[in-house]
Amino acid sequence: MGLFRVLLVDDEEELVTTLQERLSYRDIEAEYSLTGAEAIQKIREKKFNIVVLDLKLPGISGIETLRVMRSEFPNVPIILITGHGSPETTDDLPKGAYEYLPKPINIDKLVAVMKEALADK
Amino acid sequence: MTDSSWEKSISEPESGMVPTGEGLPRYRKLRRRSVVATSLVALTPLIIMVIINFYQDKEAYIAESRYAVSRILSNTKRNLEFIIEERRSALSLILNEQPYQKLNSPGGLKSIQKNLNNSFGGFVDLGVINSEGIQTNYIGPYELIGRNYRDQAWFNEVLVRGVYVSEVFLGHRKLPHFVIAFKHEIDESDFFVFRATIDMSLLSEQITTTQLDQNTDVFIVNSNGILQTPSAFYGEVMDTMSIPVPKRIQLVETIDEFDENSRVKTRGFSYIKGTPFILMVLRQHENIYVHWTYHRSGIIWFLLLSIVLILIVIFYGAGHTVKRLRELDRRRAKIFHNIEYTNKMATVGRMAAGVAHEINNPLAIINEKAGLLEDLIKHTDNFPNSDKFIAITNSITNSVERCSKVTRRLLGFAKRMENKVETIDLGDLLREVVGFQSTEVKHRNIRIGYNIQENLPTIQSDRGQLQQVFLNIINNAFAAVDNGGSIDITIADADNKRIAITVTDNGVGIPKEDLEHIFEPFYSTKGEFGTGLGLSITQDIVQKLGGEIVVESEPGKGTDFKIILPISGRGIPYQG
Repeated sequence: MGLFRVLLVDDEEELVTTLQERLSYRDIEAEYSLTGAEAIQKIREKKFNIVVLDLKLPGISGIETLRVMRSEFPNVPIILITGHGSPETTDDLPKGAYEYLPKPINIDKLVAVMKEALADK
Repeated sequence: MTDSSWEKSISEPESGMVPTGEGLPRYRKLRRRSVVATSLVALTPLIIMVIINFYQDKEAYIAESRYAVSRILSNTKRNLEFIIEERRSALSLILNEQPYQKLNSPGGLKSIQKNLNNSFGGFVDLGVINSEGIQTNYIGPYELIGRNYRDQAWFNEVLVRGVYVSEVFLGHRKLPHFVIAFKHEIDESDFFVFRATIDMSLLSEQITTTQLDQNTDVFIVNSNGILQTPSAFYGEVMDTMSIPVPKRIQLVETIDEFDENSRVKTRGFSYIKGTPFILMVLRQHENIYVHWTYHRSGIIWFLLLSIVLILIVIFYGAGHTVKRLRELDRRRAKIFHNIEYTNKMATVGRMAAGVAHEINNPLAIINEKAGLLEDLIKHTDNFPNSDKFIAITNSITNSVERCSKVTRRLLGFAKRMENKVETIDLGDLLREVVGFQSTEVKHRNIRIGYNIQENLPTIQSDRGQLQQVFLNIINNAFAAVDNGGSIDITIADADNKRIAITVTDNGVGIPKEDLEHIFEPFYSTKGEFGTGLGLSITQDIVQKLGGEIVVESEPGKGTDFKIILPISGRGIPYQG
C-alpha cells in the first residue's frame, strides 16, 4: 500500500503506463483509464485519493468528465494536464480543478502538487 | 534567440508600401479630366462675357463715329449754306436796290464790289451780261468786257432757272472759284444777267476749321465725283473721288458705313441747297481690335489675370482632390491589407496552437520515458555506468524542456492572436464593411438594402474578426449576384441574448451537394481562384466569438447567410 492512490486519465497509453511506473517508484499507487467513460466507471468502483485528468479525451470530454467527478466525488481533488498550455497561455481552462499542469509534466512537480492537494483537503 | 525577436518579425505588418490599385496613370487621367471639365465650366462664361463686351464696344464705337460724323455734317452744312445764302441774298438785294445804270457802269460796279468785299468778302469779280449773252460790264482781274456767253451752258441755265450756282472751276491763276448768277428783268421785254465769281477758299476754310483729326475727312464733291475742295483721302480740287457719288436724297443728311480697302468708314453726306455741291464727311475707323484692346486694356488684363488665377486654382484644386482620392484609396487598400494580415495571423495563431498541442503529447511521452529510465537506473543497485546513463537521461529531459519552452511560446503567441473584445454597433460595422466595396457597388450597379431593427443593443465582440467575417460573407454575395443584383442586410434580435445578421442575395445560389460542404476547409467552387478557406475560417471565427453561422440557399434564387452573435461576450451555444 503506497502513500495514496491516483487515477491517471489520458488517451495516450504510453504516457499513462510510464507515469504509472514512475509513480510506483515514489510509493504512489496509480491506475489509469484511456477514456473519460472508463475513468468515471473506475472511480465509482474504487476509491481514489486524487485524479490526474487530461483535457483532451475521446468520447466524453475532459471537461465533462471533470464536471461529473466533481459533482459525484467533491472530495477528490483533480489535477488537469493539458497540451494546450497553462492558464497563462489559454483562457479555455474550465473551473473546478485543483491545479493545471502543462505537458510535458515534471514528475517531481506533479508529486508535490498531489501532496499539496491532499494536505489541503 | 530571445523570446520576442521572431514574434516581432512576423507581427509587424509591412508598413508603408501598400499598393494603391491601378497605379499612377489612372490618377493622372482623372486629374486631367477634372482640370479640363472645371476649366471649361469656369472659363466659358468669362470668355462669352468678353466677346459680348467686344461687340458692345464695337457698336458703341460705330455709334460714336456716327454721332461725330452727324455733328460735323450738320454744323458744316449749316455754315456753308449760310455763307452761300448770305452772298446770294446780298447780290439779290443789290440787283433789286441798285439801278441798272449803276450796275452797268464800271465805276458803279466797282464801288458795289468794294462794298460787298468790305461787308462779306470773297467776291473776285462782278459782271453784267445782256440778254444777247454779251458781257457789258466787268470788274475783276480779267479783261472780259465784250465776251459772248450765249452758247455756254451756265448762261442758258441762268435763263431757265433765274438763279444759278456753278460748280467749281479753276481760273487762269489756277485758283478754285464758283459763280453765282442772277437773271434780272429790266422790263417786260428785256433782261440782263448779273454774275459774281466767288473765291472757293471761303468754303474750303470753313471746312478745314471743322476737321478734327487724321481719321476725319470733310470735303465738297459735285454730282460727277469731282472734288470741289481738297480731300484728305481722295486728293486735290478737280480730282475725281475714287468712291461712287451717293445718290441724291432730297436735302436729307444720310449716314452709313462702307468698306474701302478693308477699312470701315462712316460716311455722312448732304446736298447743299440750291447748289451742285455735295458735302461729304468721312470718318475712317480705327482697327476695331486695336481700338478695343487699347481702350479696354483694363478688362483684358482682368480677363487674363482671372484666367491665370482660375487655372491655378483649378490645377491645384484638382491636384489636391486627386491626391486625397489617392490617399483614400491607399488607406482603403491598407485596411484591406490589415484585415488580410490579421486573418493570416489568426490562421497562423490557430496553426501554432494546433502544432504546439500535437507536439506536447509525444514530448510528454519522451519526457516520461526518459524519466522512467532515470528512475530505473537510480533504483537498480550497482547499475553499470550509471553516471553516464543519468547524464544521458538528463540531456533528454533538458532537450524536452527546451522543446516545451518553444511550444509554450507558440501557445502564448496564439493567445495574443486572439480577440480583443469591444463594444460594437452591428449596423455601423456592416455599413463600414459594405463601404469597402463601394466602388464595386457603383460599378456593378448592385442595390444594397439595409433592414435594421430599431433600438438594437450594441454587442461585445471583436471588431477585426467580425469585419473579417462579414467581409467574407459579403464578398461571396458580390461574387454570387449578377450586375444590377441586390443584396439585403437584415439585423434583428434572434432572442433577447443574441442578434442575428442575415445577408441575403438574389444571386446564383449554392447547389445542394455543395451546401453541405461549404464550411469545410479547402472546399472551393471557385476553381483556382479560391483557397477554399474563406467560409471555413469565417465559421471558425464566428464560433470562437460564441456565435453560429447557418446558410440556406436555392440554386437560381439566391442565398441567405445568417450569423447569430451573442450580445455579451462569448460562450453562449446556439440552440436553434
